[in-house]
Amino acid sequence: MSELILRLHEKLPQWKSVTWAKKNLFNSIFNTILTISIGLLVLNILSSVVSWFFLDATFQGDAKLCRESGGACWAFIFEKSRYIIFGHYPTALVWRPALFIFGVISLFGASFKREFWGKRLFWSWILWLTFSILLLDGRLLGLTHVETTKWGGLPLTLLISFIGIGCSYPFGIILAVARQSNLIVLKTLSVLFIELIRGVPLISILFMASVLFPIFLPDGFTIDKLFRAQVAIILFSGAYMAEVIRGGLQAIPRGQVEAAKSIGLTNSQTLRLVVLPQALRIVIPPTVSTFIGMFKDTSLLVIIALFDLMFTTKSSLSDSEWLGFAREAYIFTAMIYFVCCFSMSRLSKKIEESMPSDGKKGKGVSYGF
Amino acid sequence: MASSVLEFKKVNKWFGDLHVLDDIELTIKKGEIVVICGPSGSGKSTLIRCINQLETHASGEIYVLGTEMTDDARVLQSVRSRVGMVFQNFNLFPHLTILENLTLGPTWVKGASSDEVKEMALGNLRRVQIEEQANKYPGQLSGGQQQRVAIARSLCMNPEILLFDEPTSALDPEMVKEVLDVMVDLAKEGITMLVVTHEMGFAREVADRVIFMDEGKIIEQSTPELFFTNPSSDRSKKFLEQIL
Repeated sequence: MSELILRLHEKLPQWKSVTWAKKNLFNSIFNTILTISIGLLVLNILSSVVSWFFLDATFQGDAKLCRESGGACWAFIFEKSRYIIFGHYPTALVWRPALFIFGVISLFGASFKREFWGKRLFWSWILWLTFSILLLDGRLLGLTHVETTKWGGLPLTLLISFIGIGCSYPFGIILAVARQSNLIVLKTLSVLFIELIRGVPLISILFMASVLFPIFLPDGFTIDKLFRAQVAIILFSGAYMAEVIRGGLQAIPRGQVEAAKSIGLTNSQTLRLVVLPQALRIVIPPTVSTFIGMFKDTSLLVIIALFDLMFTTKSSLSDSEWLGFAREAYIFTAMIYFVCCFSMSRLSKKIEESMPSDGKKGKGVSYGF
Repeated sequence: MASSVLEFKKVNKWFGDLHVLDDIELTIKKGEIVVICGPSGSGKSTLIRCINQLETHASGEIYVLGTEMTDDARVLQSVRSRVGMVFQNFNLFPHLTILENLTLGPTWVKGASSDEVKEMALGNLRRVQIEEQANKYPGQLSGGQQQRVAIARSLCMNPEILLFDEPTSALDPEMVKEVLDVMVDLAKEGITMLVVTHEMGFAREVADRVIFMDEGKIIEQSTPELFFTNPSSDRSKKFLEQIL
């Protein structure tokens, strides 16, 4: 008999889980009661979640129908999704931000393919982001002008964060290298800047950019608020990037620099060809964390009255016809945020995996727990 | 009379209170193979690291290939491109393939064309018998192989002087020979070599001169035969007793 069970073990994986459950979940009266009651609780929660999300949910109809059904009101999302995603951008011209998003998604998709990696992809990103600014604005392309105060929703969030990532990365590298410099002036300036920025919350920097900064400008001279906010974000995350990159720089053994110098490379070649490629590689995980953090921090733009995704979500709730569907709206927006952040994190994993491992240290190390 | 390629005049250096180089006087002729030995902390590594100014000296003059070593970056760079160095820990660039490790210097320092550089790099890999590893990364090679790649890397700059800073000390015993064999071959080709090592077999086989250092001073210099059979100072006698 026991031999039969043993053979069943090898053949049928479900037999293994039955004995596993017996051994771990039902091995005493107390554990049996615990298992059953927790099981019931989980089942209960799961069933109400499923019925709220799907079974009782209203997918079509008006607010009244939604309130009667008691489930989620996805009809509200269908009704408001255009506003949540595109904000106050003129309805007739919504193809412009839509095209921008489409381009970003395509480029992001292409960035996952190794065979596309290279200068062409890099320039495509830069060109597309630059072109998108012109496209959303319209003037230079001979289209209807749409002021930046009307830009909003997902396109604004994507634009601000991608330009922010693209600019704060090189800025962070420059700051980090300056902080390691032998030139006292350069080093001091960099330390001052980094510590100053890191010592202040992003909100206060945004406030300074939107309220304080214009006061110092001469009369009649204005700089676009969106642009000021963008610069503030670049400065802020540049300071954080600098510290992340400095960590990488410090991890490079001195022998690497000595070897580079001994074959006659100049200091800047040593930095560019030997130190930075290794340092930036080491800090990919914290770099992506900083980027993801910045992506989510764009939601703070609300406080200086820029209508990013979080703002449009919130203001979609104030429609008097559709009051009381905050849960649906926030779940919807949370999903958009999650998809964006999760894709960034997948891309970074992909990049990390493509790096040559040196065979000894690296990702495969197990610590036995 | 061969001309001197390297000259130390009254060179001094301190690490804090420690006098690591004490009035060093030294002249190396073209094509000479010199082995520097001595107990640890005697200043031998510092001495050869001063030649390409990975360490700076506090006083005195160092002439390398007729140029005085100063802190002028241009001078340093041009001298370094003519003086190769092999390190104890190999110091290969782990993010580059073996071939890229070799071509980096010639490409960026000499601005040579990529085909030419690649050809020469492969030639040098052949010279250290490791050509088949060209497209691997340093982390995939054994210590002995990595050190041979490091030697090939410095050869790619066509150096007039080769410096070896304890090239076999970080190797497993069974890999020491493959590296020494390469070094013996190089020595026979007539390139000027300064080798800091404890491998007395190597010194006996190819060295023209053995320098013994202790406490920052050059205690003794003589031919290998004389040094091993009849060392003139007590300290070198004691040192030889310990390592042989």
